[in-house]
Amino acid sequence: MSKTFTLDGKTIPFKDGQTIIQAALEAGYYIPHLCYHPEFKPHGSCKLCTVKVNGRQTASCTMLAAEGQVVESETPELNEERRALTQMLFVEGNHFCPSCEKSGDCQLQATAYHLGMMSTHYDHFFPNRPLDASHPDFLLDFNRCILCSLCVRASRDVDGKNVFALAGRGIKTRLIVNAKSGRLADTDFAATDKAASVCPVGVILPKRRGFAVPIGQRTFDKQPIDAYVDNRMVREEG
Amino acid sequence: MNPHAAYLDPILTRHGRQVVNLMQILREAQEHYGWLHPDAIDYLAEQLAVPRAKIEGMASFYAFFYLEPRGKYRVLFSDNITDRMLGNVELMNRMCRNLWIEPGKTSEDGLVSVDFTSCTGMCDQGPAILVNNIPITRLTESRVDAICDLIREQVPLAQWPAEFFQVVDNIQRKDMLLTEGFVPGSALQAALARGPQGMLAEVKASGLRGRGGAGFTTAIKWESCRNAPGEVHYVVCNADEGEPGTFKDRVLLNSYADKVFEGMTLCGYVIGAKQGFLYLRGEYRYLLEHLNRVLERRRQQNLLGTGILGKPGFDFDIEIHLGAGAYVCGEESALIESLEGKRGTPRNRPPFPVTHGYLDQPTVVNNVETFAATCHIALNGGAWFAGIGTEKSTGTKIMSVSGDCARPGIYEYPFGVSVRQILEDCGATNTQAVQVSGPSGVTVSRQEFDRILGFEDIGTAGAFMVFDDSRDMFEVARNFVHFFAHESCGFCTPCRVGTSLLRNLMDKLHNGLGSPYDLAEIEKLNKLLLSMSHCGLGHTACNPVLDTIAKFRPAYDARMLHQDFTPAFDLDWSLQAARQMTGRDDSGAHLSTVEEQNP
Amino acid sequence: MAEPRKKLKLATATLAGCFGCHMSFLDIDEHLFELVEWVEFDRSPFTDIKQVGACDIGLIEGGLCNAENVHVLRDFRKHCKILVAVGACAINGGLPAQRNPIPLRAILDEVYLTEPGLAHGGIPNDPELPLPLNKVHPIHEVVKVDYFLPGCPPSGEAIWKFLTDLLAGREPTLDHTLIHYD
Repeated sequence: MSKTFTLDGKTIPFKDGQTIIQAALEAGYYIPHLCYHPEFKPHGSCKLCTVKVNGRQTASCTMLAAEGQVVESETPELNEERRALTQMLFVEGNHFCPSCEKSGDCQLQATAYHLGMMSTHYDHFFPNRPLDASHPDFLLDFNRCILCSLCVRASRDVDGKNVFALAGRGIKTRLIVNAKSGRLADTDFAATDKAASVCPVGVILPKRRGFAVPIGQRTFDKQPIDAYVDNRMVREEG
Repeated sequence: MNPHAAYLDPILTRHGRQVVNLMQILREAQEHYGWLHPDAIDYLAEQLAVPRAKIEGMASFYAFFYLEPRGKYRVLFSDNITDRMLGNVELMNRMCRNLWIEPGKTSEDGLVSVDFTSCTGMCDQGPAILVNNIPITRLTESRVDAICDLIREQVPLAQWPAEFFQVVDNIQRKDMLLTEGFVPGSALQAALARGPQGMLAEVKASGLRGRGGAGFTTAIKWESCRNAPGEVHYVVCNADEGEPGTFKDRVLLNSYADKVFEGMTLCGYVIGAKQGFLYLRGEYRYLLEHLNRVLERRRQQNLLGTGILGKPGFDFDIEIHLGAGAYVCGEESALIESLEGKRGTPRNRPPFPVTHGYLDQPTVVNNVETFAATCHIALNGGAWFAGIGTEKSTGTKIMSVSGDCARPGIYEYPFGVSVRQILEDCGATNTQAVQVSGPSGVTVSRQEFDRILGFEDIGTAGAFMVFDDSRDMFEVARNFVHFFAHESCGFCTPCRVGTSLLRNLMDKLHNGLGSPYDLAEIEKLNKLLLSMSHCGLGHTACNPVLDTIAKFRPAYDARMLHQDFTPAFDLDWSLQAARQMTGRDDSGAHLSTVEEQNP
Repeated sequence: MAEPRKKLKLATATLAGCFGCHMSFLDIDEHLFELVEWVEFDRSPFTDIKQVGACDIGLIEGGLCNAENVHVLRDFRKHCKILVAVGACAINGGLPAQRNPIPLRAILDEVYLTEPGLAHGGIPNDPELPLPLNKVHPIHEVVKVDYFLPGCPPSGEAIWKFLTDLLAGREPTLDHTLIHYD
C-alpha cells in the first residue's frame, strides 16, 4: 500500500521524500507554479504553488507530502491570490507580450491565462532594465525576469558554470551574470547550456530566431498550461 | 599581480581562505577603501574559488557593502520614526546644504556621502547617525555644523570630539538581568555541578521562552538540538537587533557581555556544541573590539577554550560575525545563511535550524537576552525563575523605551507589567498610542493601556515606542511601511512586490491623493502579504497598517478624497518635463490630478 | 437572442493605440448587423461623432500618452456607465509604453533636435498640440475601469463574445481560446 494524501478531494499517492507538487503533477493534477521545475531543487519563491495543507497555506513545492494530508488547491480564494501574485510579477517588470518572442510559449503568460487574469490591476513600476545583447548567440532581456532563479540553478547544478546569480535586495533584486563587465559575452555561457533553455519567460533568448512558429500555433495556443501537467512541455526550439 | 592582493592576502589568511567567512572577509576588505573595488572582488573570487557573481550577489544584498565608490566620510542618518520625531530629516537637509551634496549621492570630490539607513538602535539618544559605521548620538544643529566642518577639513574620525561618540546605557529600571554583581564563571560552575541533563531540566522547569519576539520555549529548542544527529552542533546568538525601536541587546552587550557569552557557553555545554557565534548587527560594529576583549579575557579565565573550568572535554569557543545592514537577518534561518557568507534569504522550513542549521548541522539560535537569562537559571534554579513574572511568561523582560516620554531608556520588569505602568514610569503624558515590539509588533491604543506584556497578551521583543497626542499615527504607519519595503529581502513575490505597492499606496494617501478605493487595495494587499509571504517579515509588514486602520481610522479618513477613485500618479507633474522643454504654460499644458466632481 | 426593448448606446475611442482593436472589432463581420439591432453607436471612429454623450458602454483602445488622451478618457468615464479597456495598450500601456525607460527629455531631444536629417525646427510648442506625459500609462491608473478585454488585438470572436455577454446582462467570461495577450 502506498501512502496517500488528498488534493481537492482526490486521492494522490506519493513516495517518501516527494513534495506535494511532485506527487500531484505525477498523478496528473496541475498546481500553478513558476519557479518550480521537476529537474531542479525547489526554490519556493514565486509562491504561485501555495496550497492549503490541513488548513494552513504553504508552498507545495517545498512542503513534503505526508500521509493523510488534506490539501486544497483549486479554491476560488487561492486562485484569486495566485492571480494577484501573477499581476504583481507583470507590473514589477516590463511584460509586453505582443513584442515578445516567447509569447505563446511563456509560462508566466500561460499561467495568467489559466488564472483568468484579464488585467495587470496594480500600478506599473515600469523599471529601467537595459538589455544585454553582447553575446553572439543569445540575448538577455531583463525586462521580463521574474527572479525564479531557474537559470541560476541550471547553470550551477547542471552546467557547472555559475553564469547567473541574483543580486540586490527587495524590489531591486535583479539577475546578474558572472563577469566583471556585467556582459553575457564575457562569461562562459554557451548555447548548449541547460541554462539557455530553462527560462520560463522571455529573458534568455536565442538570437536570429524570430517568430519561427507563428503566434497562434505555439505551445499554449494549442492547449492550456494545466493540460501539460508536468513541466517538460516547453517546446525545445530546434 | 592583482593590485589588491597586498591588503587582501592577510585578510584571507586570517579567515582561513574559507568561503563560509566571505562576509567577514568582505567587511574587512571594505575597511581598506571604503568600498569594494571590482578588481578586489575578482581577486577574492579567484582566491576563494567562487564565482564573482556569488560575491557580487551577496554583497549587493547588504546595505553596508558598497560596490561603487562612496565618500571618504560615509554619513548614514538613522530613519526610525523616533528619529523622525526628533527632527532627523531637517538635520539631514541641513548637513546636505552645508556640504553641497544630494542625499544618496557621493560628493564629486569623493569626500562625503549622506544617506538614510534603517533604525540604528539609538532611539533613546537620537537623532543618531553612523559615520563610517561608528555611531554619533544626540544630533543637534550645532553638532551637524561641527561635523560638516570636521569633514571639510578632513579630520580623521579618531580625532573627532569623543563626546560625539558617547553611547549611554540609559538604564532606568533594573531587575534580575540588569543587576550588577554577576561573577564570570559562576553560572558555568553551577551548570557543571548539575551536568548537561540537569541543566536542561532546570531550563525546562524555568519555563523560559525566547526573548527575540516569537517566544519559542527555550528548553524544547535546546533539547531538540541536543538530540538531533549531526557531526557537530552549534550555538548562535542572535544579536542582529534590527527591529526599529529596540536597543536592549546593545546595552546587554555593552555592559553585561559576560552574561551573554556565559549563557552561550551553558547552551554549548547542554547541547554538546564546541563552537558558538555571536551574530552582531553591522550597526553595532563599534562594539566589536570591546566584545573581543571580553572573549579574550574569558579565554584567559578558562571560561572559553578547551577544558573549560578544568572539565576535560568541555571545549567551547565563540566567534563574532558582523552583519552588514539587513533586518531580515534577524530571522533565524536568514541569519544562518548570512553566517555562512550568503545572501540573507530565509530558508524553506522545515527543516528547522535545531536539526539543520549552520552548515546543515544542529544549531540553537537564541536571542541575546535569552542567553543572559539562562545564567540566572543556572545560578538559582528553574523553579526560582518560574516564580518571577506570570504563569505563561516567566522571568523578566527588558524594554527599550523611546519616543514621547521624559525618561527614555532601558527598563527591566517582571513579565505581566501593564503598558500603563511603563508609561507612568517613563514619564509619558498625553499618550495616544504605544508601538510595542516595533513595526512588526502591535499598535496599542489608549483604550488598551491596561493590557500586559507577556506571551498571554502582548508578546514582545522589547521595543516600546511612545506616541503622544501631537503625533499622526498614519505617518507612524507610513514610516514602518517604508521600512519593510526597504528591508524586504526580495525572495518571494508577495513581499518583494507587495511591500513596495503598499509603500506607494501609503505615499499616495500621504500626498492627499488617496481614495476609499486605495484603502480597500491596502487591505487586500495586507491580506495577501499575510497569507502568501515566505517569512515573518512579509507576514508582519502589514501589522502597523492593519492596527492603525482599526484603531486610528480618522487619520486615514482625513487623507482620503471623497470620490471613488483617484489617479495613481500626479498627472500635472507628469507633464512637467514636456512643459519645460516646450516652454508652454497655457491651460492646455496642465492637467488636474484630481478632477472636479460633477455638480 | 431576445429582441431588446431599447437600444443601448455604445461609444469607442482610441487613445495611444494603433486602431488595431477597432479593426478587430470590424472583424466580427456579419455580427455587426446583429449588433446594430442592439446598440446605437455614439462617439466612435465608425460614426465620426466627436463628443461622447451619455452612453451605456464605452470601449477604450490605447494607453495614455499625452494630455489629450487623459481628457478623452475622463470624458468617457464621465459619460459611460460601463467602461472597458480593450487591448494590450489600454491594459498595460502596450507598445507605446516601451518608451518608458527612456526619459522624455531624451526622446524629445532625439526626435526634434538631434536626429540627423530632420529640419531643426525645435520642439513644437503650439497650444493646439497635446503635451506628452512623462510615461505612457495604462488607463486603469487614471480612471476606474469596469472590464478588461486583453489581446493585441483581441480577436473579433473575443470582442463578440464579450459584447454579447455584456448585452445579455451576463458577467463576461472568455475561455482559454479567447484570452490572449498577444
